[in-house]
Amino acid sequence: MARRQSSSPDAVSNKTHTARLMGMWVPLMVVTELVFWFVLQPHIPPGRQSDSAQGQQFDITVLSMIATPVFELVIMYFIYSLLVWRHPKGAPLVDGPPIRSNMKIQTAWMVITSAMVFGAFVFGTYELVVPAGAGGGEGPNPIWKPSGKVLPVQVIAQQWRFTYRYPTLGGFETSQLVIPNHTEIAFHVTSLDVVHNFWAYQLGVKADANPQSDNVAYTHTNQVGRFTVRCAELCGIWHGAMYNYGHVVPRAQFSSWATSTKARLASNTKNLPPFSYAGYVPSANGAAGSFYSPQDKFGPLETYGAATPTS
Amino acid sequence: MGKGARLGLVLALFVAAFGLVTYAVVAYVVPKPPVIDFAAGHSAGTPVDLHLQVVGSLGYGPHPTYVSYLTMNPSGKWVHTTRWDLPANTQVNVTIDQYDSGSPLRNQYFGGVTGTLGGKATLNGKSFTVLNANNGAGVGHTFTMPALGVSVPLWGVSSTAKNACNQAAPCPSSAAHEVVKFSFMTPGSQSVGHTYRWQCFVPCGLATVDGNGGPMQAIGYMGGFMTVEG
Repeated sequence: MARRQSSSPDAVSNKTHTARLMGMWVPLMVVTELVFWFVLQPHIPPGRQSDSAQGQQFDITVLSMIATPVFELVIMYFIYSLLVWRHPKGAPLVDGPPIRSNMKIQTAWMVITSAMVFGAFVFGTYELVVPAGAGGGEGPNPIWKPSGKVLPVQVIAQQWRFTYRYPTLGGFETSQLVIPNHTEIAFHVTSLDVVHNFWAYQLGVKADANPQSDNVAYTHTNQVGRFTVRCAELCGIWHGAMYNYGHVVPRAQFSSWATSTKARLASNTKNLPPFSYAGYVPSANGAAGSFYSPQDKFGPLETYGAATPTS
Repeated sequence: MGKGARLGLVLALFVAAFGLVTYAVVAYVVPKPPVIDFAAGHSAGTPVDLHLQVVGSLGYGPHPTYVSYLTMNPSGKWVHTTRWDLPANTQVNVTIDQYDSGSPLRNQYFGGVTGTLGGKATLNGKSFTVLNANNGAGVGHTFTMPALGVSVPLWGVSSTAKNACNQAAPCPSSAAHEVVKFSFMTPGSQSVGHTYRWQCFVPCGLATVDGNGGPMQAIGYMGGFMTVEG
């Protein structure tokens, strides 16, 4: 960091320059921060359909509010330099004054930027770990679980479609994803073939779907409405078509839907394997598309529903 | 001719040559199966008959061992394609002659019939809504169009059948096969120009990872497109 030589004839005007810059930057920063918090925040994706989504929206807002003043200052200084310190037309071309270090500015810059980066690090780490954070309580072995009643929904990915199983509602499997509002949901994400990714965009839920793995993602629904589910892991020719829409509905409507769907699918539900959170062994039940040999550690009758539930 | 004009001409020729080479390479690498037009000359309100067959191995072309669908065109000739133009808001009566064997399903969810008129299909003339793939010959393939919610399992031919089809496609009706029939509605006029993908959800690409390579990832074999026409 350097500045123009303090002993130059510009010494007094340097303070003026600083005052001008601060006079423009501080009001702009205040306005921008207020606009970010009160105007933009409600519209920042992924929205507020769940506490996960709301948490992500808050994180993006805070990090943006930290970064924006720095960005504004740099751009403002750049434009100011171009306008004020440009070479006057027709003036003789002379070298500028030598650039020397300034300990005060260097120290201030290092302290302020270090504090901002460290603050962002602490904030980001805390947000990853707290409930509904992506880094602390979710995954194949969640280290925390939400308290109270949780509705488990198993997300089964396969090339190239998602299906959903409701173990506490009779174990039916359907291609429709419907969940009740104001409810804690535990998505148990798995795959029957390659690696997929369950990305419920407006819910702020994104979890890899790995074969033979139960990847858990919690969320609490806050708003009724539609949300988009996409596969976010390149998984083959129809990857781009592997999406559908889920719905958050009022609890009474969910009960009605679950009852009618359970009855409608009963004739096929009885043919499904017993529900399990355990991973699936491709073709161990003799299905087409064998990948693992019959001699592997899994028994010939083992299928994605036959192992002992782990949770 | 000026310097600028010559430069422009050279650039234009280069772009044209590059485009031609790219087109040739893409056309060679990704050959597209033909589109069968069932919408041309169609009278509004009358159903369309779509006759398909599934063979265990095509028997010719660059991938003779691939399992494949075939489509009968309006002239009554079997064509190796899975791409169709169908009229909007029209009942499609589908007949599938299934000549391939079956197995348990990786996901028995696809043993259920969904999205068809009446929520059912017929297997050799007998109505059904679910096939349990863990019994008997199992399910060989499915016809599934996810965006329309249409999915129908196709029962497999018994592995002990004496007159299994053992010739290049198309298989003759004298060979052992299962006949599955069902109907569905194409979307309305608001969907004209839209294309819907369909595929088999039995991972039947032998010798590929998880059974989902080869014919499962090649247009014209176990998946294709339906385009809605006005």
